[in-house]
Amino acid sequence: MTATTTDRTPTPPPPPLAADAGATVEFRGLHRRFGATVALEGLDLAARPGELLALLGPSGCGKTTALRMLAGFEHPDAGEVLVDGADITKVPAHRRGTGMVFQSYSLFPHLTAAENVAFGLRMRGTGRGERQRRAAELLELVGLGQLAGRFPHEMSGGQQQRVALARALALQPRVLLLDEPLSALDAKVRLTLREEIRRLQQDLGITTLFVTHDQEEALSMADRVAVLRAGRLEQVAEPAELYARPATAFVAEFVGTMSRIPAVRAADGLVEVLGRRLPAAGEVPAQGELDALVRPEAVQVAADPQGAATVVAASFLGAITRLTVRLPDGAEAKADLPTEAAAALPVGSPATLTLPDRPVLLDHRRPS
Amino acid sequence: MAALTPPATGPSTPTPSPTAAPVRRRGRPRLWRGLVGLVAVVYFLGPMAASVLFTVDVPNEGFTLSSYSGIFGAEGFWSSLRLTLELAAATIAATMLLLVPALIAVRLTAPRLRVLVEVLCSLPLVVPAVALTAGISSVLRWGPDDFAGTPLFQTFNAIQNPGFPVVLLLAYVLMALPLAYRTLDAGLRALDLETLVEASRNCGAGWPRTVVHVVLPNLRGALLNTAFLTLALVLGEYTVASILGYQPFAVWIVSLGGSNAQVSVSVSVLSLVLTWVLLLLLAAAGRGRSQRTARPNRRAAAAPTDAALEKP
Repeated sequence: MTATTTDRTPTPPPPPLAADAGATVEFRGLHRRFGATVALEGLDLAARPGELLALLGPSGCGKTTALRMLAGFEHPDAGEVLVDGADITKVPAHRRGTGMVFQSYSLFPHLTAAENVAFGLRMRGTGRGERQRRAAELLELVGLGQLAGRFPHEMSGGQQQRVALARALALQPRVLLLDEPLSALDAKVRLTLREEIRRLQQDLGITTLFVTHDQEEALSMADRVAVLRAGRLEQVAEPAELYARPATAFVAEFVGTMSRIPAVRAADGLVEVLGRRLPAAGEVPAQGELDALVRPEAVQVAADPQGAATVVAASFLGAITRLTVRLPDGAEAKADLPTEAAAALPVGSPATLTLPDRPVLLDHRRPS
Repeated sequence: MAALTPPATGPSTPTPSPTAAPVRRRGRPRLWRGLVGLVAVVYFLGPMAASVLFTVDVPNEGFTLSSYSGIFGAEGFWSSLRLTLELAAATIAATMLLLVPALIAVRLTAPRLRVLVEVLCSLPLVVPAVALTAGISSVLRWGPDDFAGTPLFQTFNAIQNPGFPVVLLLAYVLMALPLAYRTLDAGLRALDLETLVEASRNCGAGWPRTVVHVVLPNLRGALLNTAFLTLALVLGEYTVASILGYQPFAVWIVSLGGSNAQVSVSVSVLSLVLTWVLLLLLAAAGRGRSQRTARPNRRAAAAPTDAALEKP
């Protein structure tokens, strides 16, 4: 059995490590206030069995509070938390059956890696032999079988977080909670660990909630991403849909890069952007001036001596180069070009911007 | 070219001095260190050596250990020593039972109360031992009269039992509070207590088990230091015990020493040695346990990256 978990073949490892594969999690109307600050203001959200749901949002949007409520470290002022349909709002933290990986290194400093992983089993009264066997198995699973005897201060940050992940999985939790587990790590380790967490999660089929403020992390790992803002859910959708069809301007600008280009109302519910009449995606704000929100890859730039726009900056991103182009009215738009094509558009050169013939997302113009 | 030369030679001229200076500097601290060390040794060990010499080299008799053997036979030696050790153990236990849960609770649930606790624990520092004793003894004097008819009368008697004077224990706990608070607070500060407690509870441990299995083991250094300081305090405490009329070791030493100069000095030497031995035992007890758990594991893990192990 351990043999199948050590070699990383695509065949899923045996079930004993996973709980009864995937619970549903549901937040219903969660409210929480800390003094004057509102952390959650009626959060409604559900995670499907076995999915990795990322909670994404700026700091202070309540994502961590929601996760801590599921773990039992915070209590809602109103609302309830359900796991598999059962209300666990009143269940104390140590009986919740959730496994959590924390943002800060949370291994017990006085215990070795193996003892850390076995801690939960020890609290549960599992025998020593069984404990050691399971700890070794789990450490093997996170690729640290050879470090079983190390103390936390003898391990790197990435190794510590792996051990923390093994510890969280040791009790076969119904739900795995990841509270920005990668934010303390350096970029390279973050990438590999990200993939590894995803692989493990899929192998075990465990429902996982992943809190992050890094949209790239959320989009690349999650089955679905829930974007939170000021204690409320803005949108929950699969990464591709979230990116392509953001429900609100906030989501649009928080996920990926968006440029604001002034738009003018035209007849038949159309808007005029960059000299072109386009339909609106979603709702059109009732009054006031409008901006169209466009992704850099949707904006086409062409060198044009008569063009009214000017390239003001270029940043090289490898295969593509992202140009910042200033429009005649002062607005700036970002546009991605293949790096070779960008060579024809040095900073300071005139250019023309065009948009594809697709519906555009609209928002109130912001006072600049 | 001409413009380049001056800046090029500029930095080259001062280079000899930085290299020359460290040589001179390196020589001096060594000398100073040696000198300071020598002064310290003479200051601390000189009197002790002289004391020991004085006690074992009796005029007309030559080398003899009679003054030491006399102490062990002297009346009250064992009883006063036992009383002191009992008081020390009880004080350590009471201080920790009082402070550890309080500090953990304050840190986790009401961080704002920390200042209050700190002030409370530091108060004994501003009350001199003599004033404290004066207060205690006047309470002990009035108490029995005022509470004559009530069960408290018996309490007043019980806490003054010369076999184990609880009143001394109370006074010592008060006096140990500032020291114990400082060391325990420093120990707690070094931990990310909140995360550790949450991690432990997430692993299915309730509050009591979290404290026993996670918090206390990580506070071991601080607990040990607290025990250390409290022990030293109780061993050396004279004022309160003497004024209240009890005879722990320190008081007994003074009462014995008055009659015979040699015995007096040998008793001081002995108490010094005793204090050292006890503190060393305490330190060894603490350190021994950590090595026992750490050693076998380290050996097992040593294989791939030994360099990482050498860091701590």
